[in-house]
Amino acid sequence: MSGMLLSVQEITFLGKGPYTFSVGKGECIGLIGKSGIGKTQLFRAITDLIPAGGEILLEGVPRSAFTPPSWRSKVTMVPADSFWWYDMAGDHFPLTDQTPLLQESCVSLGLDPEVLHWQVSRLSTGERQRLALLRALLNRPTVLLLDEPSSGLDAYHTGLMEIFVEHYRLQNEAAVVWVSHDPEQLRRVASREFLMEQNGLYERP
Amino acid sequence: MDVVSLSSVDLALAASLLVLLSLLSMMFSLGLERKILFFGCRMTAQLLFVGLVLRFLFASGSFLLVVLMSTVMLLAAGREVQARQKRKIIGLSGYFISICAMFVSSFSVTILALLLIIQVEPWYTPQYAIPMLGMLLGNTMTGISLAMDRMTDQLYGRRGEVEQRLLLGQSWQEASRDIRSDCMRTGMIPIINSMAAAGLVSLPGMMTGQILGGTPPVEAVKYQILIMFLIAAGTGFGVISAIWMSGMLLFDDRHRLRLEILKADRI
Repeated sequence: MSGMLLSVQEITFLGKGPYTFSVGKGECIGLIGKSGIGKTQLFRAITDLIPAGGEILLEGVPRSAFTPPSWRSKVTMVPADSFWWYDMAGDHFPLTDQTPLLQESCVSLGLDPEVLHWQVSRLSTGERQRLALLRALLNRPTVLLLDEPSSGLDAYHTGLMEIFVEHYRLQNEAAVVWVSHDPEQLRRVASREFLMEQNGLYERP
Repeated sequence: MDVVSLSSVDLALAASLLVLLSLLSMMFSLGLERKILFFGCRMTAQLLFVGLVLRFLFASGSFLLVVLMSTVMLLAAGREVQARQKRKIIGLSGYFISICAMFVSSFSVTILALLLIIQVEPWYTPQYAIPMLGMLLGNTMTGISLAMDRMTDQLYGRRGEVEQRLLLGQSWQEASRDIRSDCMRTGMIPIINSMAAAGLVSLPGMMTGQILGGTPPVEAVKYQILIMFLIAAGTGFGVISAIWMSGMLLFDDRHRLRLEILKADRI
C-alpha cells in the first residue's frame, strides 16, 4: 500500500461492503456499477458525510487525524447534482479566487468567460456541472471523487472536461476516482477500473 | 375605583356569542361547531381551575409551591413547543431542547426581573412571580417554536446545499450559517411586530387587564413596557439557545448532517 495517495480499507456502510481500493498520486481510476448499488454513498462515506466502518488513509495518515473540514478540503467529491445557495454564480467563489486564472479555466471548460456574473437560475445543467467542478477545485484537493461529471454535457464539452481534469491531476499529482456509466469514457480517462457490487469492489482486467 | 365584579350571567352572555357562532357554523356546514364548543368549555375549565390554584397559592405564599407550579408550567410549555414542530427531533432530546430553551427565555429572565428590577419581598411572591412567568412563557413560546420548526424544516429541505458546503470544507457552523440566521429572524419577527404595534394598533393584554382592574394607566403602561422588554430579550435568548442546541444535535462531531434523528409529523 505504500506510495498510494488514498487508501480505502474495508469500508462498510448501510449494510454494504467491505470496499477496499487505493489510488496513487496522479492516477485516475474508474468506478462502475449498476444504478443504485451505492457509488454515490461510497463517495459520501469517503468524504465522511455518512458514518462508515473501516479505515481511510491519506498518504498513510488516518482520516481521524484530520478535522472534517480539512479532510473534505483535501478529499472532495463533485456530486452529480450541484447545489447553489446565492443568486449569482460568482458569489459561490470567494473574491480572492476570482482571478484571471479562474476565468481561463472557465474558457478551457467551454464556459462563457462572463459566466460568474450570471444568475444561477440562468445556468444550464451542464454549465452548473462544470462550475461545480471549478468550485470544488478551489481548495486544491489532492483526491477528487467525480460522480458522473459529464452527465449533462455533449460530446464536445465532455472532451474538454476530460482534458481539464487530466491537466489538474497531472499538475497537482492528484488522485481521481471517476464514476461513469459510459465504458468508453472510463477507457479514455482511467488506468484501472473497478466494478462495485453489494459485497465488494472487483478490479477489472 | 373598584373593579366591576363579573357575575355568572355576564359570562353566560359572552358564552352565548359562541353558541350563536356554532349555530352559524352548523347552518353553513363549516364543521367548526364541535371545536368551538369543545375548546370554549376546555378553556373555561382550565382557567377556573387555575383561578382556584392561584387563590390557594397566593394565600399560602410557600416557596415550594411556587417552584412546583412554575415547573409544571415550564414542562407544559416545553411540550407545547415540541407539539408545534413539523419535523421533531426524536426521543427525549427534542423535549430537552424545548424545555431548556423555554427555561432560558422565561425562567432566567423572570428571576432576574424579580430580583433586580421589581425587588419584591420575598422575591418569589406568587402574585408577581407566577403571572410574570406565565406572560413570558406564553409569549416567548411562539418565537421559539417558530424558530425550531424552521430550523429542522430548512435543514431537511436544504440538505443538499448544506452537504455541498460541508464538502467544500466548511465547518457545520459555516455550512448552516444562512439557515441559522434565517431561523433567528423568523423567531424574532412576532415580538418585533408586537413591539411595533403596541399602543398604536393593539393595546397589550396585560395593560388592558390592569387598566380594567383599576390601575392608573401610566402605571399599567410602565409594567407593560417592562414586560415587553423582558419578552423580547427572553425570546432572543431562547431562540439563540434553541437554534444552538438543535445544531449541536443535528450535526455530529465529524460535522455530518444527521437528519435521521428527525421524525416527520403526519399533518
